[in-house]
Amino acid sequence: MTDIYLDNNATTKVDPLVVNEMIPYFTEQFGNPSSIHKFADGVARGLKKARKQVQELIGAEHDSEIIFTSCGTESDSTAILSALKAQPNRKEIITTVVEHPAILSLCEHLEKDGYTIHRLGVNKMGQIDLEEYTKLLTDDVAIVSIMWANNETGTLFPVEKLAEMANAKGIMFHTDAVQAVGKIPMNLQDTKIDMLSISGHKLHAPKGIGVLYLRRGTRFRPLLRGGHQERGRRAGTENSASIVGLGKACELALEHIEFENTEVKAMRDRLERGIVEQVPHSFITGDIENRLPNTTDIAFEYIEGEAILMLLNKAGIAASSGSACTSGSLEPSHVMRAMDIPYTAAHGTIRFSFSRYNSMSEVDEVLKVVPDIVAALRKLSPYWDGDKPVEDPEQAFAPTYA
Amino acid sequence: MWDYSEKVKDHFFNPKNAGAVEDANAIGEVGSISCGDALRLTLRVDEDSEVIEDAGFQTFGCGSAIASSSVLTEIIKGKTVDEALDVSNQDIAAELDGLPPEKMHCSVMGREALQAAVANFRGEEWKDDHEEGELVCKCFAIDAVMIEEMVWANKLRTVEDVTNFTKAGGGCASCHEGIEEILERVLKEQGEDFDPTAAPAAPVATPEPEKPGAMTNLQRIKKIEQVLEEMRPALIADGGDVELVEVEGNTAYVNMKGACSGCGMAAMTIGGIQQRLMEVMGEYIKVVPSSEMARIGA
Ligand SMILES: Cc1ncc(COP(=O)(O)O)c(C=O)c1O
Repeated sequence: MTDIYLDNNATTKVDPLVVNEMIPYFTEQFGNPSSIHKFADGVARGLKKARKQVQELIGAEHDSEIIFTSCGTESDSTAILSALKAQPNRKEIITTVVEHPAILSLCEHLEKDGYTIHRLGVNKMGQIDLEEYTKLLTDDVAIVSIMWANNETGTLFPVEKLAEMANAKGIMFHTDAVQAVGKIPMNLQDTKIDMLSISGHKLHAPKGIGVLYLRRGTRFRPLLRGGHQERGRRAGTENSASIVGLGKACELALEHIEFENTEVKAMRDRLERGIVEQVPHSFITGDIENRLPNTTDIAFEYIEGEAILMLLNKAGIAASSGSACTSGSLEPSHVMRAMDIPYTAAHGTIRFSFSRYNSMSEVDEVLKVVPDIVAALRKLSPYWDGDKPVEDPEQAFAPTYA
Repeated sequence: MWDYSEKVKDHFFNPKNAGAVEDANAIGEVGSISCGDALRLTLRVDEDSEVIEDAGFQTFGCGSAIASSSVLTEIIKGKTVDEALDVSNQDIAAELDGLPPEKMHCSVMGREALQAAVANFRGEEWKDDHEEGELVCKCFAIDAVMIEEMVWANKLRTVEDVTNFTKAGGGCASCHEGIEEILERVLKEQGEDFDPTAAPAAPVATPEPEKPGAMTNLQRIKKIEQVLEEMRPALIADGGDVELVEVEGNTAYVNMKGACSGCGMAAMTIGGIQQRLMEVMGEYIKVVPSSEMARIGA
């Protein structure tokens, strides 16, 4: 059996068509796009085409609204820091507790500098409370930053609506759409979203290339100043090969977006249904009705995620986990904790994330091994007895915690 | 993925002594707040000889937690209870050919389960005295609680002080921001401001570690004594003192005196001495209070 890659929310394989498109930009068209000679001739054209391809995928009104950056994290930082710099009188930020660290760590840091951070909590399905959100929309808020799709559960926030609410109060709205772009259709010109982050490596482009969408007219302060690249909004010689690659990847994503929402979704659905049917005490986390088509996050109660991953890996299956142990951090995933998933389940969550490169036969292979892996680990678990959890697990096993 | 040794993988994929021992008369149940791992250790101990006849584990935890539990049961089977208590978490990690720094607490959990089980066998109540914080220094596996306590206890003022006392920050240096944050917080609690340009409070020279094995036993003992001499002024300033009693293999028995003995600080001070000795000697050294010598000898 060849290895099965179900960790596409972590990163994706670069599409061979993308690689093909990139290669000339390393060896032939390697010139600096600002130069006036034939080594740079095609580069500016390549960048222009890529900008158009990105524009088309996200439905931006103008191609000048696309700013190429070095990654999703840079796009996130640029958006938030720009909003603060451009509006020095506004000292508050609204975000959620389930954002990616690219947002959360930055906000924590800004908090130390005296900014007020409002972190919206989520319910058991991972959704925020709109009333609470409404109350926070005041003149002191510089920017709202709420992710489009959650990287762990795939849960979608109603960002179009949230952006309208912010816009009605004259507040800038940013969304980290790193997991959403290319997986669900979007048309930014019909929305009130001011800024949006994209990361190339989540949609079959290389790592280390990103985009910040910046709606025309949105007040902006660059993060990096220097040359006039990206119309002075992001200095630094363009990563032309990767930009061209990202452009191609966006074109391919647009071509496949229906496939993603039918075929890829069908694989995901079959896998999660199969697991939940065969494995007792397992459940899907997040907002099942409002989710990315490619993501499922399943909690296996009474066992721990890293141990599951190690056994999956031995069986040639790549996935990831919200367990604390896989990250070396102290706590299980902040997303699981925020959704109030019990301790003994939060540590045993496994995320399977698909792409158009997966197949139904792979789903069947995974379904063949998962029940045995879970059973083997439960045999070792102090919370488990025979073929079921011990009675009243939290009572029966109550260790002294250090 | 973690860089686990083959031994860790072997104990994880083929765990030894999984499950509860029947007729167990010693049970230890502990959890580690970091990672959320938890372990139940069940032992059958011969009442007369106090030999551990059988050991079993049930673990809710990651690969290295399961491997640590498995190897622990292998180590202690056949040992007397007293011999088993002598097994340190470093021994557990060493038996696994090492653990990543982030995972050292898995071996600590194993040792604690053992202590808890022995206490249960003896009809005593086991209290955990070990608190664990967020890992700050990944090079030397030093957590925030350890750094905080050292900053309090030794009136540390600078990152360099912290490195001298705990080793944290002495490797790749990427945790210096984190150490500065701890200093800032603790100094604020003490009513002071952190000054990043301040001179180190305790200018302890950091000699190059010498190659192990290059010394005779007498030279080693002299060296250990020399290190303790260097550390005494700081201890005396805090109303305590330390004296070297005996060196056996890589174990140094010391007599903690004055404010250092008996108080909660003793264990920590010993930890500091051990760190320092390891640094200077360039080898693994265990520092044990001499009060434990009789027990171990018995
Ligand atoms: C939601 C989200 N935001 C931001 C990022 C960071 O993107 P990058 O790795 O390109 O910096 C990721 C990917 O890890 C992500 O999933």
